[in-house]
Amino acid sequence: MTPDQKGFLLFAVIKLLVVFSVMLAGVALLTLVERKVAGWMQNRPGPNRVGPFGILQPVADGIKNFIKEETRPASANEFLFLLAPALSFIPAVILIGVIPLAAPLPVDFAADLPLLGLTTFHGMMPMSVADLPIGFIFILAFSSLGVYGIALAGWSSNSKYSLIGGLRAAAQLISYEVAMGLSLIPVLLVSGNASFSAIIARQQQGLWFIMPLFLSFFIFLISGFAETNRLPFDLPEAESELVAGYHSEYSAMKFSLFMIAEYAHIVTVAAMVATLFFGGWDMPFTHWDERGGLLQTVVTGACFFAKTFFWIFFVIWIRWTLPRFRYDQLMALGWKILLPLSLAYIMVVAVAIEIIQASLGWTDPKAQGFALFALNLLLGWAMFFLLDRGRVVRGVAPRTRAASSMSPREGAA
Amino acid sequence: MLQPYLPILLLLIFVVANAVLIIGASTLLSNYRPTAVKRSAYESGMPVLGDARERFSVKFYLVAMLFIVFDIETVFMIPWAVAFAQLKSMAGVLLLEMLTFVVILGVGYVYIWKRGALQWD
Repeated sequence: MTPDQKGFLLFAVIKLLVVFSVMLAGVALLTLVERKVAGWMQNRPGPNRVGPFGILQPVADGIKNFIKEETRPASANEFLFLLAPALSFIPAVILIGVIPLAAPLPVDFAADLPLLGLTTFHGMMPMSVADLPIGFIFILAFSSLGVYGIALAGWSSNSKYSLIGGLRAAAQLISYEVAMGLSLIPVLLVSGNASFSAIIARQQQGLWFIMPLFLSFFIFLISGFAETNRLPFDLPEAESELVAGYHSEYSAMKFSLFMIAEYAHIVTVAAMVATLFFGGWDMPFTHWDERGGLLQTVVTGACFFAKTFFWIFFVIWIRWTLPRFRYDQLMALGWKILLPLSLAYIMVVAVAIEIIQASLGWTDPKAQGFALFALNLLLGWAMFFLLDRGRVVRGVAPRTRAASSMSPREGAA
Repeated sequence: MLQPYLPILLLLIFVVANAVLIIGASTLLSNYRPTAVKRSAYESGMPVLGDARERFSVKFYLVAMLFIVFDIETVFMIPWAVAFAQLKSMAGVLLLEMLTFVVILGVGYVYIWKRGALQWD
C-alpha cells in the first residue's frame, strides 16, 4: 500500500469510529430528549431522578437492559428470533455514514506512525465516513433493508400480535418507500448528481431545495414519518390494539436494538431532510463557509447539527400532536395520493426545467430556483385548495360519515 | 476505483461486529430461568390458542407485488433524472421518452385502481 492509501484508510477508520460512537450516544440521549419533550408537552417534568435533570437516565436504562432476564417464546424460531434485531439495527446505523456532516476539511498530514509506517493525507477530506458517488441510492437501498428485520421479528416470534404487527409494518414500509423514492427524483433532476456533496454544492449555488422543490419536501417528510414507524403512522406497534406490534415478544437488549434502530432512523430522516432540502452544512447568506478551514468545518458542523436537531424535534413534536391513522387510510394516503402526486410532480418539474432552460434560456441556478419556487407556490395552492379539497385540508370526517351511512359493516359498528 | 466504497465496507463490518457483541453480551449477562408459562407467547394473559402462523390476508401479497412494479420504476427513474440534468442538449428527447413511459405506467395505475387493488377494507 502506498502512504496515500494508508492515510485514506487511517482517517476512514477514525471517522467511522467517531461517527458510530456519536450516533449511538446521540440515540441514547434522544430517548431522554423524547421523554423530556413529551413531559413538557403534557405539563409534567419527565425523567428527573437519575443524575441532574435526569441526564443519566439513558445510562441506567442501558445497564438495566443489559442485565435484565431475556425471555424467548418456546414456539419461536430460535435463529431468526436472534437474527431479527441485528438485521434491524445494522442498516439503520450504517445510513448516517454517507451523509456529509460538515464542510470538507483541508488536511496536510504526513507522519511515520508505529505499525503503519509512512502515512500521508493531502487535500480536502470530506466530513462523512464515505463520500460515495451514489450516496443517494445507497440511502434508499439500505433504508429499505430495515423491513427484513421487522418482518422477520414479527414472523419468528410466533405470536399473533407480533405477526400482525410485522405484516402491517412490512406493507406500510414498502408502500411509503415507493412515494419516498419518487419524491426524491426531482432533487436529482435539479442537481444532476447522486452524491450528497454535489447536491449540497448545487444548493449553495442556487437556492436551498426547500424553495424550488417544496412538494418533494412535503411528500418526503410524510413518507419519512411512515418509514420510521412514528406517529401518525405507528400502526405496526399500535400499543392500544397490538400490545407492542412486531417486538411484543422481545425483551432486554434485543428490544433495545429495535429501539436504537427506530431512533437511528429518525436521526437519518432528519439528517436527510436537512441535507437534501435545507442545504446540509451550508450556512445561509454567506460564502464564508465554502473557503475551507478548521473553523469553517466546526461552524458548519454545528449548523448541520442545528438543522438536524430541529427536524428530530419536529418528529417528536408531531408524535404528541397527531392521532394515529386507520390502516385503510394509511394505505390510501400512500397509494392513492402520494404516489400519483409524486409521479405527476416529477413530470411537472422536468417539463418546467426544460422550458426554463431551453425556451426561456435562464441558466443561472438562482433564477431557475426562483422560477421553480413560483411554480411550487402555484402547485401547492392548487393541491391544497382545489385538487384535495375535503381530504387533507378539511380532514376525513365528511367522507367517512358519507361512507358509513352506505356501508352496512361500518353502520353496524 | 472502488476506493470510496472501502470505508462503507469497514463500517458495515464494524456495525455487524457490534450487533453480534451486543446480543452476545446481553445473552451472557442476563440470567435466564425459563418456565413453561414464561416461554409461552403473549396473548393478553390468556392461554395461547393455536399457532400464529396461519393464513393471512391476500392483500399483503398484493401490496408486495405492486411495490415491486413501482419500486423498479423508481430505480429506473434515478439514472434518467441524472442524465436529464447532465445532458442538456438531449433533454427534450429524454423528457418525451419519460413522458411516454409515465403515460403507459399511468394507464396501468388507473387499471389497478379501478380493479380495486388499492382498496383496503
